[in-house]
Amino acid sequence: MPSDTPHHDAAQVALAPSRLRHVSLVRRIGDRPEVGAAIGLAVVWLFFAAVGGGSGFLTARGTASYLDVATQVGIIGTTVTLLLIGGEFDLSIGSMVGFSGMIIALGVTQAGWPLWLSLLVALLFSLGYGWAVGTLVVRTGIASFIVTLGGLFLLRGATIGFSRTIANQPYIGGVRKAVGNDLLVRVFSGELIPGLNAGFAWWLGIMAVGAVVLTRTRFGNWVLAAGGSPSAARASGVPVARVKIILFMAVAASGTLLAAVQVLSIGSADSFRGQGKEFEAAITAVIGGTSLAGGAGSIIGTAIGALTLGVVRQGLFFAGVDFDWYQAVLGLMLLVAVLINQRVRTKARRG
Amino acid sequence: MSHGAAPPVIEARAIGKYFGNVVALQDVSVRVHAGEVVCLLGDNGAGKSTLIKILSGFERPDSGTIAIDGVPVNFASPRDAFASGIATVYQDLAILPEMSISRNFMLGMEPLKGIGPFRFFDEAKAGAIARVELAKIGIQVNHLNQKVGTMSGGERQSLAIARAEYRGARLLILDEPTSALGVNEAAIVLRHVIRARSHGRGVVFITHNVRHALPIGDRFVILSRGRVAGEYARADLDETTLNRLMGGGAEFDALQRELAELNAQLARADLPG
Repeated sequence: MPSDTPHHDAAQVALAPSRLRHVSLVRRIGDRPEVGAAIGLAVVWLFFAAVGGGSGFLTARGTASYLDVATQVGIIGTTVTLLLIGGEFDLSIGSMVGFSGMIIALGVTQAGWPLWLSLLVALLFSLGYGWAVGTLVVRTGIASFIVTLGGLFLLRGATIGFSRTIANQPYIGGVRKAVGNDLLVRVFSGELIPGLNAGFAWWLGIMAVGAVVLTRTRFGNWVLAAGGSPSAARASGVPVARVKIILFMAVAASGTLLAAVQVLSIGSADSFRGQGKEFEAAITAVIGGTSLAGGAGSIIGTAIGALTLGVVRQGLFFAGVDFDWYQAVLGLMLLVAVLINQRVRTKARRG
Repeated sequence: MSHGAAPPVIEARAIGKYFGNVVALQDVSVRVHAGEVVCLLGDNGAGKSTLIKILSGFERPDSGTIAIDGVPVNFASPRDAFASGIATVYQDLAILPEMSISRNFMLGMEPLKGIGPFRFFDEAKAGAIARVELAKIGIQVNHLNQKVGTMSGGERQSLAIARAEYRGARLLILDEPTSALGVNEAAIVLRHVIRARSHGRGVVFITHNVRHALPIGDRFVILSRGRVAGEYARADLDETTLNRLMGGGAEFDALQRELAELNAQLARADLPG
């Protein structure tokens, strides 16, 4: 408890109506972290429209290309954001994308399973993995950073190991041929417009569900409380352990969804796919105003963050900048976003 | 007080709790009847907070049992305790400063609207409940979507108490609810304790302040070093005795003597000469 009582006249405190000064609408909107992120997105978009517009950034194909990049990180970014708000972190989500993809590809090409079964097995595995990691974290109190760092290497190593043992190589091709004209192929990777597949629709759907769950449901309230103060939440009757386990499961499941989109659109599984995605997902969340300390964040903000990543990555491409610079720009953006968000938060707290 | 044949609202029997090799509680038994205020007294580290954490389901005892209305229970979490009508105001209040007043008030038991998977948090209902319950305790809030972090310390305390009153139909546990408050705010809290008692609830009241404990307590349980050092009815106590007991009896006497000696020494040192 911050001891701010001495500022008040004791007699007045308990009885007086609460003292809230009027804050203008403009100010309240400005205090929302999504707004800063949206302005940042507009700035980078305008910048790349100016420097890359002539080489195709503004075309439908160019637009599709950055929406596709945003989709890749947005699908997992949404659930990662919920987990961050719930006060935990998952470093193994990128490895889960690779592992799930490998299960799907091995299932249809080696085991001869139908596509639905391969997808189901991958999903069940990821849910089980999320449950195990979540349970380990809440039972032992070991930082999720450490537990999922173990998961990162465990899953990645197992993916490479299985792939080499079964197929003698770190990638599995021939998925398209194996699944043929399955309806599920269109469900996960059907083309919406040239250059953009059904994954984009999945992202929009997950984003909508995530935003509604966070802001309009009891579970969302529990997520905010569990991340804000686990002990206060538990004392108030929130089943904090269950909430966190469910969040870990949701993150892992979103990894399987992304894997399904990737494997079915590319037609192969690669052991190294998803590498670095765990950081990109965290970056999109932070750009969107989610606090790594837990208890606060925004799904819409993460969507804006994902779009920003997409625009920057493809913008650099259309501007003819060597791709080597992408990571450096990403790191710089993260730092700028964090500084801005911190300012906004300090201001909001002072009122 | 006479309680007829009704079993206590809550009875802790021979509770033990250990943190590593530290004995937090050993063989502690406490009972609270309906309409009774039991004051839990003792020095820092005596085990008061550990005991109420066990009574409110926050911690599990390592030995001993808890019975509600004479029936043994096994609380896995505070959520279970709420279900039995037990609510606690913790020292840290267990509220979330970043969350709105109404969301804090209904946290863990949010009212819902809608059907099946489309059940949403009923913000309007939560706000209405919070407004009514806070008014009962004398707080008028303009904006229930105001963050709790913007409230004053006294208002937060009152919010936590109003929330516990709303949930704890049978037993209210208050962990040092007056320690951070001014005179008037403390008086408001004490009035609530008396009101809760008159409504037939049991109350466990933890305090360091003899002046707060004496007027409202029906029974006084003294904890010392994780054990029950004594139990007294209101009629058997006056302020001096209670002060002595809270300070640990003999140790308190020793301290008195030491202070007297120190004063005498200082007086001698001040003498000119």
